[in-house]
Amino acid sequence: MKGLLKFITCGSVDDGKSTLIGHMLYDAKLLFTDQQKTLELDSRLGSRDGQLDYSLLLDGLMAEREQGITIDVAYRFFTTERRSFIVADCPGHEQYTRNMAVGASFADLAIVLVDATKGMLTQTRRHLRICALMGIRHFVLAVNKMDLVSYDRRIFEEISSEFKGLAFSLTAESVMAIPVCATDGDNVTGASKRMAWYKGRSLLKYLEEIDAGDEDAASVNDGLIMPIQRVCRPNHTFRGFQGQIESGSISVNDEVTVLPGGEKALVKVIYCADKTADRATLGQPVTLSLDREVDVSRGNVLVKGKEPEISSAFTAVLLWMDSEELVSGKHYLLKCGTKTLPATVMSVKHRIDINNGKHVSADKLFKNEIGECDILLNENMVFTSLADNKALGGFILIDRLSNMTSACGAIKHSLRRSTNIVWSDTDITGAMRAELMKQEPLTIWFTGLSGAGKTVLANALEKRLYALGKHTMILDGDNIRHGLNRNLGFKEVDRIENIRRIAEVSKLMNDAGLIVLTSFISPHEEQRDNARRIIGESFKLVHVSTSMAICESRDVKGLYAKARRGEIPNFTGITDVYEVPGKADLTVDTAELSIDEAVEILMKKFFT
Amino acid sequence: MIPSQNSHLDALEAEAIYIMREVAAECERPVMLYSIGKDSSVMLHLAMKAFYPEKPPFPFLHIDTTWKFREMISFRDRKAQELGIEMLVYTNVEAQKQGVNPFDHGAAYTDIMKTQALKDALDKYKFTAAFGGGRRDEEKSRAKERIFSFRNSAHAWDPKNQRPEMWKLYNTRLKEGESMRVFPISNWTEKDIWQYIQREKIDIVPLYFAAERPIVYRDGNIIMVDDERMRFNEGEEIEYKKVRFRTLGCYPLTGGCESEAVTLDEIVAETLAVITSERTSRVIDHEALGSMEKRKREGYF
Repeated sequence: MKGLLKFITCGSVDDGKSTLIGHMLYDAKLLFTDQQKTLELDSRLGSRDGQLDYSLLLDGLMAEREQGITIDVAYRFFTTERRSFIVADCPGHEQYTRNMAVGASFADLAIVLVDATKGMLTQTRRHLRICALMGIRHFVLAVNKMDLVSYDRRIFEEISSEFKGLAFSLTAESVMAIPVCATDGDNVTGASKRMAWYKGRSLLKYLEEIDAGDEDAASVNDGLIMPIQRVCRPNHTFRGFQGQIESGSISVNDEVTVLPGGEKALVKVIYCADKTADRATLGQPVTLSLDREVDVSRGNVLVKGKEPEISSAFTAVLLWMDSEELVSGKHYLLKCGTKTLPATVMSVKHRIDINNGKHVSADKLFKNEIGECDILLNENMVFTSLADNKALGGFILIDRLSNMTSACGAIKHSLRRSTNIVWSDTDITGAMRAELMKQEPLTIWFTGLSGAGKTVLANALEKRLYALGKHTMILDGDNIRHGLNRNLGFKEVDRIENIRRIAEVSKLMNDAGLIVLTSFISPHEEQRDNARRIIGESFKLVHVSTSMAICESRDVKGLYAKARRGEIPNFTGITDVYEVPGKADLTVDTAELSIDEAVEILMKKFFT
Repeated sequence: MIPSQNSHLDALEAEAIYIMREVAAECERPVMLYSIGKDSSVMLHLAMKAFYPEKPPFPFLHIDTTWKFREMISFRDRKAQELGIEMLVYTNVEAQKQGVNPFDHGAAYTDIMKTQALKDALDKYKFTAAFGGGRRDEEKSRAKERIFSFRNSAHAWDPKNQRPEMWKLYNTRLKEGESMRVFPISNWTEKDIWQYIQREKIDIVPLYFAAERPIVYRDGNIIMVDDERMRFNEGEEIEYKKVRFRTLGCYPLTGGCESEAVTLDEIVAETLAVITSERTSRVIDHEALGSMEKRKREGYF
């Protein structure tokens, strides 16, 4: 008996996907009787002349029955004498493309339906590209509704040749084309008398026989890849590393390397689930203990005879899935294997046209669009290309505010930024300049609502420091917005860039030995985190936490009144959120403290 | 010994273990819901395997309606003790005091003693992720649910706004008050469950095995008389029949079947031959088309 086959069905709206699978289950007499009763009942309720409407088997959600389209992925399970199957039935409608990608990421094979009366459509090409992007290598083309074209062999062959041309130009290893009629069942489970010219196998027979799984011998004999899921410490003596083997195999006494660090150790004990074993292979969940103390944590990867990339930058193909468009320069969380880390999409290199695969210049990606991008990580990560290994070659991007899975991507190649860009050495260092000024350079970053007292505090603190002979500089809206950043507006991209430039300037000033005091609302944790990343250890965050009510009652510049009248869009506190810092180095409230008291606290915290 | 590589059950087991480890590594306060049934027994078994030689790094939670079969409760307590796991038991005590019961309160009973009690328990302990034994083959709306399924602060599920789930890259990020239901055995079928119980020799509640039990016939179902609280309709009389149960729940709402199967092998053989999907024996699911989806939007598991 063959192993489990996971496949998906996709194609354009009304191509008959649900009907095809429903019919396959029905014909093969694979339905549980009460599901069959439900089907008969449902059909009586809502379909044509008491005939069975096979698609009702799969279109499960009420909402879809009302709309008459498949909106989500439905998983169905069936077993014949020869094989077990899981089928993901995928939506065809354009606005649910991301759901189709979910189904595709799960599958080893795709059945793509094409309506014989319509031929290949934009959706068909899009779906084929998504399947390829998600790593599918085996395709079945089911040309449906052959009854409506008089079972014309020529039409079938024209469609197959166009389909094969595209599939093989992508990632396809095998393509099988079958002419079918889903409502009547021709070539679904048995041969079709009406299409005697087709000599190939029926759809079900083909699915029973194909080798499409990821368990092929090559991967088993390949080098070991095991991403660490968690460290298991039941007691003081045992320390085990748990994860699933994603490539190759491992035996007791093998030497493994821990990436990205590169430490080596011998495997002492292997548990396959709860049993000790001498060897474990691809696909098995294991717990390994090593012969010496090495630094291993979640997100590290154990390897043997395999050298994945280690880098903090790579090029990838992205499928954008969020209704918020992709903004270059924005920070996302990236999850690859068991590692999650901050990442920035540096630039959209080009969008890929779904019809012809051509590169179209673009600087943004909207929902359901595919494009090639460079991605920068804030530390080194272990990865492969998707073609090399699914577990370390695919990733998702998570929006840090909405927590939405915004995109999925396939890694193409490493950018090796870290090894290509070398800082030119200078003879005089930042530390030397600071020493000359007899001070420790810092950036005191004041954040808080408009009117909270950031600028007042920064000025008072600067006077105190000046009196002590310290070299300082204040950065605020007045000297930044009118000069360096005067080409920036208040759109999200501009706000991100505004803070980035301020942070870069602060860093340079710190390098020059200065103490920098910045006074910007900087309402989003992400912006502040970015500043902290750029500036490094010199960055000190002070949250001026004066309440909204107090700030509004002060309204020094009359801005709150204007915002209330709707004259200022995106005003923090009113039409835009202020995210309270999770990791401020100090919090001061100017409603509770006098300016002198607040300065005293600042001096004590940062300058003693 | 080289373990077999490509069996269907091995693949499903590996997937479930992977999911459990991801939750343990990434989620703040996980819990495993434990209903004492065969799916829960499989989940418990998988959890013991997933973290070995450590115990599962989270507690187990049973929502006790107080109308479960007595054999279920003694089985639950015995397993918790044998395995040395933390077993929390939660009952909607208020409703119990008010006398809410399956005879008088119909569908409201399930809502109050199960759905509401579950929400209360999750809120009480502030669990952020709850493992459930739901399977996609059970019901049409479940066939479309993600493995990691999000609930808003009212524990409701929004089928139109599910997060895309790519490869094995589960997005476990939550905002304050939100939570997650995680279904590690989503891709198992009833047949897989039984074959796995057989292969792994998993301990299950004796009610799954045929034995002579006191029953009544009611609306085409066989209902067991488990204690003195049972109420009888006119004309119903206790009979003693050799019966067993394919699913377990509250005894007045759980239909049994007549059977001679007394060993695990016989049960599996019988199950594989039977072509009635298991939820036929849960009286509650027959109320309305799409009833499960309605209840799930409201927060039923």
